[in-house]
Amino acid sequence: MISFAEIKKSFLVSLWFVFLTFPIMVIRVNTIYKRVEWRWENMLLVGIGSFFFSFVWRYLLRRKELGRKKELAEEAGVRVTLWQRITEDRRIYLLVLAVVIAFIAAYPFVFSMYQTNIMISALIYIMLGLGINIVVGLAGLLDLGYVAFYAVGAYSYALLNYHFGLNFWLALPIGAAAGAFFGILLGYPVLRLRGDYLAIVTLGFGEIIRLILENWNEFSFGPSGIANIPRPWFFGIKMSLEQSSIFIYFLLIALVVFTIFVVNRLKDSRIGRAWIAMREDEVACQAMGIDRTKTKLTAFALGATWAGMAGVMFAAKTTFINPASFTIWESINVLCIVVLGGMGSILGVIFGALALILLPEYLRAFSEYRMLLFGFILVTMMVFRPGGIISATRRTYKFKSLDES
Amino acid sequence: MSWDFDYFMELFLAGLTRGSIYALIALGYTMVYGIIELINFAHGEIYMIGAFTALIVTGVLTLMGWNSVAILFIAAGVAVVYSSAYGYTVEKIAYKPLRNAPRLSALISAIGMSLFLQNYVLLAQTSDFLPFPALIPEFEWLRPWEHIVRSSQVVIYVTTAIVMILLTFLIKFTRIGKAMRAVSQDKEMAMLVGVDVNRVISVTFIVGSATAAIGGVLIASHIGQINFYIGFIAGIKAFVAAVLGGIGSIPGAVLGSLVLGWTESFFTGYISSDYEDVFAFLFLVFILIFRPSGILGRAESEKV
Repeated sequence: MISFAEIKKSFLVSLWFVFLTFPIMVIRVNTIYKRVEWRWENMLLVGIGSFFFSFVWRYLLRRKELGRKKELAEEAGVRVTLWQRITEDRRIYLLVLAVVIAFIAAYPFVFSMYQTNIMISALIYIMLGLGINIVVGLAGLLDLGYVAFYAVGAYSYALLNYHFGLNFWLALPIGAAAGAFFGILLGYPVLRLRGDYLAIVTLGFGEIIRLILENWNEFSFGPSGIANIPRPWFFGIKMSLEQSSIFIYFLLIALVVFTIFVVNRLKDSRIGRAWIAMREDEVACQAMGIDRTKTKLTAFALGATWAGMAGVMFAAKTTFINPASFTIWESINVLCIVVLGGMGSILGVIFGALALILLPEYLRAFSEYRMLLFGFILVTMMVFRPGGIISATRRTYKFKSLDES
Repeated sequence: MSWDFDYFMELFLAGLTRGSIYALIALGYTMVYGIIELINFAHGEIYMIGAFTALIVTGVLTLMGWNSVAILFIAAGVAVVYSSAYGYTVEKIAYKPLRNAPRLSALISAIGMSLFLQNYVLLAQTSDFLPFPALIPEFEWLRPWEHIVRSSQVVIYVTTAIVMILLTFLIKFTRIGKAMRAVSQDKEMAMLVGVDVNRVISVTFIVGSATAAIGGVLIASHIGQINFYIGFIAGIKAFVAAVLGGIGSIPGAVLGSLVLGWTESFFTGYISSDYEDVFAFLFLVFILIFRPSGILGRAESEKV
């Protein structure tokens, strides 16, 4: 299987990478102390790593090609993925559901508050992921400025509370509405733009909102942010920090379940199918009579609503917000969740959020490499498995061609 | 109000400097987009890697006591070589497997590559702002205008002009230039007449990365410090410039860059400097709404 030609190829590849990374990995110039540091062990690392990695890469590429060829040559019939088989079998589904519910209910009481806080973070990202799933996964509009709506939700709660003393329960729907409003506002100028331009412009909008929040001190208190945002209350009961966390946890679970329910219904509704049609081929969907403007604006608005709600929850959880939490890296973070988990698939987004939020918390030792890994994940997922880990394919039926029968 | 001519000239020349640097980066964007219709998000990082490589080479050679102008040329040369190598590798890894995939996939892959390269430099080097030694000596004949323009700016103008001329020569009068034009017009047809499309795409990436590296070296010695993050903002602005001038058109990239450079410079000089980036993005939004094909771009009708 591993022939000499393969070894030679991998060897050449590793030589190339050693050459490529030589200045940046091996040499470090310290201009203050006028010293040059030579790190030869890095060269060895790169050489050996790229040697093995090239084998793996080529193997995976070959498997992708074979998989595609097998797909084309397959017999007619119904094709079902593994996940569909699991979720459609009634007994297994109910059993798994019962276990999951028990686990969720017991979580904050079994684990410490620190763990509960991490899970609360993950739940907020699940909400964000499901929201961006509507825009990117279902409607196919690459929105890199999604964090702007998140910021709008958080700041609307913070500012309304600061100026008018608005409590949490009123702020939640207002945050959602503010998100929707900004979604339409930002969606309107980008209606005519295609994929690449849309990405850059939405990225620009995200940055604009953050820069305005940072610089317009009279309105948003600039980089120092807004503090003392109250947590959600429950009929005036005074709660300790721990009980408050547990309360927020269950509140978030309820919101996430609500989100899953709504997104699921939307996916199968008329507007959901319109989004999927628009994602696949915009011109064809217009030809079938789908109003492109309305569909796009609805996608933006609905996606932004969830971000607004998640923003309000974020502000309530951390009780302090400032523009630094709403950079474009947050947007890319959420995008990575959707890409890893599976664009358009709800279960995939949940999995992606849990993987990308919980793992870094438990692997704190490697936190420096986190963004590096994100970039790596984005590239490799797109090359090898663009559908994500749990992809959103529907049941497919393949027809036999007439020539073969 | 008395007209402060000196201030105006200073802003004008500062804008010209910015515009030139944006032009060097925007050329790479526009050439790649013209050929494979992909916004190479990682291009800004190639520019940053060029600057870093130049810094490293400069550091090593300065400690060995070489002459400053010689260091400049050697560092620039090495930076160009390395950036081209990075551009070539990025294309082979992240873009070539996705040539037939939907546009969204390639775009996300580009973003991932940009993220990866940024953090790669951050981890392998440092997150601090590294000082870049001033390698360009102050010219004697420029002394009367010292308060308006510095010698590094003049070097930037001259270098950018030379690069433009060389690039135009490449595109118009060489065989590979003709092949590039052919592939950007119609890829399948170019394949049918025997053009090696893979090679042309690689050459495009290499040339684009080379110009970006030159920009990186120049801006590093002009501003005097570099950081792993400079590629990102410069990349976005250069993209705005390329779109402004008409993406896919080389003179358009230059024109768009100069316009953006001047308007940014005058805006920050006369109105406010806090909202500088906001201005660039708003500018982009307006252009895309009212004239999506840019100043010199051809209005493309979508064929079904």
